[in-house]
Amino acid sequence: MKKLIFAMIFFVMPGVVLASAGFSCGKIDCYKAKTDLNNKASLQRGVKLFVNYCMGCHSTKFMSYKRMATDLDLSDDQVLKNLMFKDGKIGDYMTTVKPAGMNPPDLSLVGRSRGKDWLYTYLKTFYVDESRPMGVNNLAFADVGMPHPMWELEGMKKAVFKKDKHGMSEFEKFEIISEGTMSPAKFNQATLDLVNYLDYTGEPAKLIRLDLGIKVILFLIILLIPAYLMKKAFWEDIH
Amino acid sequence: MKMLTALLGWIDARFPLTKMWKEHLSEYYAPKNFNFWYFFGSIALLMLVMQIITGIFLTMNYKPDAELAFASVEYIMRDVEWGWLIRYLHSTGASAFFIVIYLHMFRGLMYGSYQKPRELIWLFGMLIYVALMAEAFMGYLLPWGQMSYWGAQVIISLFGTIPFGIGEPVSAWIRGDFVIADATLNRFFAFHVIAVPMILLMLVVAHILALHEVGSNNPDGIDIKKHKDENGIPLDGIPFHPYYSVKDIVGIIVFLIFFAVVIFFIPDLWGWFLEKDNFIPADPLKTPEHIVPLWYFTPFYAILRAVPPIFGSQFPGVLAMAMAIVVLFLVPWLDRSPVRSIRYRGAIYKIALAIFVISFLFLGWLGTQPAGGVYLTLSRIFSVVYFGFFILMPWYTMIDKTKPVPERVTDK
Repeated sequence: MKKLIFAMIFFVMPGVVLASAGFSCGKIDCYKAKTDLNNKASLQRGVKLFVNYCMGCHSTKFMSYKRMATDLDLSDDQVLKNLMFKDGKIGDYMTTVKPAGMNPPDLSLVGRSRGKDWLYTYLKTFYVDESRPMGVNNLAFADVGMPHPMWELEGMKKAVFKKDKHGMSEFEKFEIISEGTMSPAKFNQATLDLVNYLDYTGEPAKLIRLDLGIKVILFLIILLIPAYLMKKAFWEDIH
Repeated sequence: MKMLTALLGWIDARFPLTKMWKEHLSEYYAPKNFNFWYFFGSIALLMLVMQIITGIFLTMNYKPDAELAFASVEYIMRDVEWGWLIRYLHSTGASAFFIVIYLHMFRGLMYGSYQKPRELIWLFGMLIYVALMAEAFMGYLLPWGQMSYWGAQVIISLFGTIPFGIGEPVSAWIRGDFVIADATLNRFFAFHVIAVPMILLMLVVAHILALHEVGSNNPDGIDIKKHKDENGIPLDGIPFHPYYSVKDIVGIIVFLIFFAVVIFFIPDLWGWFLEKDNFIPADPLKTPEHIVPLWYFTPFYAILRAVPPIFGSQFPGVLAMAMAIVVLFLVPWLDRSPVRSIRYRGAIYKIALAIFVISFLFLGWLGTQPAGGVYLTLSRIFSVVYFGFFILMPWYTMIDKTKPVPERVTDK
């Protein structure tokens, strides 16, 4: 019993976290991004969306085309022909020429600094707001300085706010203004693919480490058996 | 075989190799009743070696330059063969190292391992702890992320609170600039890879030499040297090698399983071991919303923030934080109990230690939360409890009802 209490104090308590107030993604709680890093097709669609809709402004300067090609099962040729919009070599890093006068952040690590749930929420919650220079605003990132990158695909929507019990404005729902080239379900999948790719870009090693982790742990568990038997054999005469 | 024996003889005539082997391993008699808590000494040593080895490999690709540091870490994470694993072993290993050290220190508090004649072991251990904190703090600046930068900015500015006009010049002297800058990064790198590890290694040697001079304590807290056989070997002692070397291997493998789970599946431990903001390069013009030190410092950070400023100066808080560490050094002289182990102490010490552990953990959590409202009140309560544990120790350990201590170690 005493041991149990000790164990509780040490291993359970640090995990106890009080509930915190406020929303996890700007004006709303984050949506859950159900992505799968092992889904190569999703990652391939993701990189296609990334180079077409993001790389006009954003770089991923720590990521090389070659590494991406290898990890995503794409041939060098496919990448050079379809995904690289400049003269370059396969070993180049995925840089871009920044638009004049603006400083869009590098997105190599955005999957890690923001997390995939935030990214997913962000990409899904652009709404029309004429008071903003780009004509859009965002629920996860208030007054964001960029346009809705995939508005052609999603179409345009406006956000309806209501007053909550404290008289503060609270997000209620979206209303569609114009339809995009993709159905809502298709756009949702496209967004997930893009988020999946950004999650991968944040840490390419993730593809290896989860797999390797299982092997390492299995090895250690097997190693534990002879180690324990050896201990037992040596300690036989100790009482 | 004959040649090897001859070689050993040749060495022994010139260097005390066999003598040292016997003194510290094959004829070092440790109590036979070590329990779970006694794994953490060996594991701490393993972690130190691992940090040094992974550190050497990281240095091969890391660039201590404000312009290049962040990118060089990402280069290690992506383009260096196995770089990501070496980096996680090092960065997540630092957190694991602290967990092990905290458990090791808790063991000492539980079994009174600091009591006479082991005061120096405790003091060397505390110096190791302080050196380790310096090592971790300076190492955390090296990736040059937002938290590296702003965490260092906050901690070094603490020196700026020293009154009488000393503070500002001192903090500028530490930084080598008026803000955290390239000069700071360079000198922290020098300290992190050369100066502090050297001090650490020397302290660890002193810690172990002092331990082997007086012998290990045990969960019963009794002196095994009181009962020896005709050869002068403690009856309750067994040679460290092979008995504890084979036992520690088991403990180490179990530890490595837990360690591997974190390294491979949750290397950032949801932001506790690697903070999210540290994946954004340092930006001197953009202060993050919450500047939070890594978890192993947060109990002390909470104490710092719990003390209200006096005459507009934060110095009392800084002083309290420093005292929170200094007071740990004094434990061997604060404890007046006639028994060492918690097994034979009365209820008062058991309750005091439990409350202390709870307040330490809560302070750690509070240190990660914004300071204000109920959090601040709680920080103050737990800070008082933290210091109360030490300040009242001479009194409550004296009046505590102890149980009779057995002559020989027990098998529990």
